[in-house]
Amino acid sequence: MDYTFHWAKMFSGEPAQWMWEGFCTTMQISIISLICAMILGIVICVLRMTPFKPLQWFSLAFTEFFRNTPLLVQIFFWYNASYFVIPTVINNWMNDLYYWFPGPFSLFGHEFVGEWMLFNVELIMGIIALTVYTAAFIAEEIRAGIFSIPKNQLEASRAVGLSFLQGYRYVILPQALRIVIPPLISQALNLIKNSSLVMVLGVTDLMYQASQIESYHAMPFEAFTVALLIYLAISLVVSLCINLYNKHFMIQVMY
Amino acid sequence: MHWDIVYNNFDYFLYGNTSLDWHFPFLHNPEGLVASVILAIFGIFGAFWLGLAAGLMRLSRNKWVKVPSVCYIEMIRGMPLLLLIFWFYYLAPVITGQNMPAFSTTMICFVVFTGAYVAEIVRAGVVALPKGQMEAARSTGLSHAQAMQLIILPQALRNMIPSFVNQFVSLTKDTSLAAILGVIELTRTGVQVDNREMVASFEIWIAIACLYFMICYILTSYSRRLEAQLSRYQARNR
Repeated sequence: MDYTFHWAKMFSGEPAQWMWEGFCTTMQISIISLICAMILGIVICVLRMTPFKPLQWFSLAFTEFFRNTPLLVQIFFWYNASYFVIPTVINNWMNDLYYWFPGPFSLFGHEFVGEWMLFNVELIMGIIALTVYTAAFIAEEIRAGIFSIPKNQLEASRAVGLSFLQGYRYVILPQALRIVIPPLISQALNLIKNSSLVMVLGVTDLMYQASQIESYHAMPFEAFTVALLIYLAISLVVSLCINLYNKHFMIQVMY
Repeated sequence: MHWDIVYNNFDYFLYGNTSLDWHFPFLHNPEGLVASVILAIFGIFGAFWLGLAAGLMRLSRNKWVKVPSVCYIEMIRGMPLLLLIFWFYYLAPVITGQNMPAFSTTMICFVVFTGAYVAEIVRAGVVALPKGQMEAARSTGLSHAQAMQLIILPQALRNMIPSFVNQFVSLTKDTSLAAILGVIELTRTGVQVDNREMVASFEIWIAIACLYFMICYILTSYSRRLEAQLSRYQARNR
């Protein structure tokens, strides 16, 4: 065992700056794709609930396909092969996006210089892949949450005199959301962890920066350990939040 | 469209350059889909025993037994698999003093990673059983270990099978990460053929995705049927 550790070098100069930038990128990707995935997931879930059969089949196929194929394959698909599905106009627009954000700008309290690309094609494709993949899971979870409320609750609310929408608004959704939110948060956590995969496209996220420190400064062990601790810190904080939430807001449903 | 490229390389996707060694009944240097499946099967088999041990340790009242398994489970569940793979890839030579083949590296990582999730499944399965089962077993004169082995685990394991299949599905999907270390499994064969042919990205990635989808979908639908079958004959809290 003739490996010398350089822990101090990790926390100053270039490595520290790279790790910080990587952390910011990871958080940006996660937040953007989480918001998009929530919207898409809700849309897919609503499509699944409509009485119109073809829409149901579409959303069923969507969730089954994207849940049962690896994220890495999906990322490769969106980056290498999506020009076939995405119209040329949008493709060109995405390629030009870089020129729309050339100057320095600040995000999350960090000053990004022009050569640090925020919206390049790789990042957009990574975000699309993460969004679609997570949306399939989110749709299933919301659906499971709403289905776990007994159907006679809606019938009872109709009998009391509420309209269909009011029944959802006042009776079903308040209960369903309490059930759904913890799995949604853990899905968000999964999204943050999964976002490490976009490094294969060359997006400069935390994983990518760690492997860059490995190759530039020859400190593989330190770099990956620091990245590990950062991911661990994020997930521990989030799971602490879930536990607090469960303690305060979960209703004990009695059947 | 160039579906003929997919057709011509389909055997490469399935088993790569795998050669059968006729002296031994196992494969040398598995590649392609065969490698993915082997990684998944060995991963889940190792993870089952590791997860069973960690899950039972997690349930122990002894602090010195419980704390290490809690640390293991929380730590592994808190980090991405890709990070674990890279970390172990650079750690293994430091410990053993020699390079480790990427195939074994990733397989060990899959076992360690999935083990933590299996441990949580085991814990949930045991906790979900009514407390009376353990009490009744103890009152008939069985020791704690005997009661666990003869009464609790047979029931809990049956309860766990559906979530276990789900874990197997997600491990099958996760085996694609071995491609990043250069193991020539299904995803890597896709990258190789894509880079060689250059014109058929769409067809190749659709074909690869469909291959993964078939395996995983068969498993999920099987798990659904299993769940319906096994939900009877169970001791329950309700």
